[in-house]
Amino acid sequence: MATKFDAIMARRGEIMRKALGMDYSVFEQSPVAFDYESMMTAHGYSLDDIVAIQTRAGVGNTPLLELRNLTDLVRSISAPGMGARIFVKDEAANLAGAFKDRRASVSIFVAKEKGYEGVIAATSGNYGAAVASQAARNGLKCIICQETFDSRHIGQPEIVEKGRICESYGAEVVQMTVGPELFFHMVELLDATGYFAASLYSSFGVSGIETLGLECAREMTALTGAPPTHVICTHAGGGNTTGTARGLKRAGATDTQIVSASVDLSGLHMASDNDFNRKSFTTGHTGFGVPFATWPDRADVPRNAARPLRYIDRYLTVTQGEVFYITEAMAKLEGLERGPAGNTAMTAAVSLARELPREATIVVQETEYTGAGKHHWSQLNFAKEMGVEVRAGDPKDNVPGKVIVLPEDIEQIQAKDFDLARMRKSYVRNALKNAPADYQPTADDIAFLAADTNSDAVAVEAIIAGLKEA
Amino acid sequence: MTDAIRAREGDWVEVECKLLDPADRSKNLPPETAEKPLMMWVKGFAQGEAALGESLTIETMTGRMVTGALSAVNPGYFITYGNPIPELTNVGRELRSRLAVYRAEGGEG
Repeated sequence: MATKFDAIMARRGEIMRKALGMDYSVFEQSPVAFDYESMMTAHGYSLDDIVAIQTRAGVGNTPLLELRNLTDLVRSISAPGMGARIFVKDEAANLAGAFKDRRASVSIFVAKEKGYEGVIAATSGNYGAAVASQAARNGLKCIICQETFDSRHIGQPEIVEKGRICESYGAEVVQMTVGPELFFHMVELLDATGYFAASLYSSFGVSGIETLGLECAREMTALTGAPPTHVICTHAGGGNTTGTARGLKRAGATDTQIVSASVDLSGLHMASDNDFNRKSFTTGHTGFGVPFATWPDRADVPRNAARPLRYIDRYLTVTQGEVFYITEAMAKLEGLERGPAGNTAMTAAVSLARELPREATIVVQETEYTGAGKHHWSQLNFAKEMGVEVRAGDPKDNVPGKVIVLPEDIEQIQAKDFDLARMRKSYVRNALKNAPADYQPTADDIAFLAADTNSDAVAVEAIIAGLKEA
Repeated sequence: MTDAIRAREGDWVEVECKLLDPADRSKNLPPETAEKPLMMWVKGFAQGEAALGESLTIETMTGRMVTGALSAVNPGYFITYGNPIPELTNVGRELRSRLAVYRAEGGEG
């Protein structure tokens, strides 16, 4: 017998089509391939249009700050001649306190233009605050669906804070226990209300992040005479990396290396009621980063606009303890008290800068607001209450969900490379798995898979041959 | 004895609802999640009177009517910063001092 869950999910396509205000089927080319660039530009807004939308919305043009103290500190522990200059885009200066405002401003503009009465988003992150804030400015009703509590009704403090700020902006916040059925309820609500689906993964949202890449290129050129050699993005669902990389390319910064960084939460199950409150990061972690990069179309839209494997040159992971240490250091050294999740890329930048010559320039392209619940002290105190051991030591001894090791020395901060070849292989496997069983990929499909993994046809064919043998 | 907490019409309250029984949940959940119901809480204005745990309909901020068990009246937010973390207390002093030494020794500053 079909359950309530199955019944709604069976109608999901039809409900989402109405709620997205866009027919994704026109971009499909085969069971594997679709026209990504046409999907990204179908909204018809130029980059200048998006800048204008965001300026009106109180979003963008955030300060680009050079972190001279952090740079010198890194140089003090680097080999002679090494230690890149580190800069940060203070995205916490956006209206609702994070780069997510860039995404929300475009989605809400579209919802208003298309005449929707309200918007709905499923997000436990800063995106909820961004959608709620922009909806308030535009007189749209707003529902935010959050995964907030474990089955004992204990809320993750960061998510409780995000619920608070959404309610402060006048949103209706629907708070749930752990489980992917958050999306089921969102679809039910879209069906019941006829509101716009302000998905994190729509082309509207991801186009909104392109302005961040554009600003990084332009402002660094004004400040240093050239675009940054490296931009490092805190990486969760992949929208941040995708949008920023696209914006850099559109600004002509084609030589800039795109580095993604996530907090390592390996071993923790994202749908586990037990693990839920044993992690201190609710975003920017590998629990989203890896599954979404290796299969973007698991998202709540038919085709995900966030396709990070197209753009990533390197994917680094850091531990929870390392990020908390750098979050504390940033406040004390640079006068920037910001949220820990947004400092994931900053932590990886400290490690990356040591490997690069002094002439190199790294832009950490975001910060996020902090406060009770989100603050690193809140998270560490909560972790202790949940039975996670917190101690000083070598971050190599970190075990997600069990031990958070706070470094004793900044020299211990060492990001790890995540194997991109493995991710590309996993992506190709997932893309083929989602096609009919007997489907033979065509030359066009191979070309699509190569573009979607930033590799070439020979590499994709080798992966496919390897999968057949396995 | 104190009076039981009650909501009056028009109060800002929170209700609790069961969205899915364990049997109706998504497949492929880890067992510790699969055996629990999917619960939901939402806030709004009480449409009548009720004591904690009693059924009540509320009007949410978007104007939706939701019926559930009254779980809180004028619900607050009790997230805090808590105590400073002893393992981090020395970070600022140590790094500032290291930076000062580096610059004193001729590092660029």
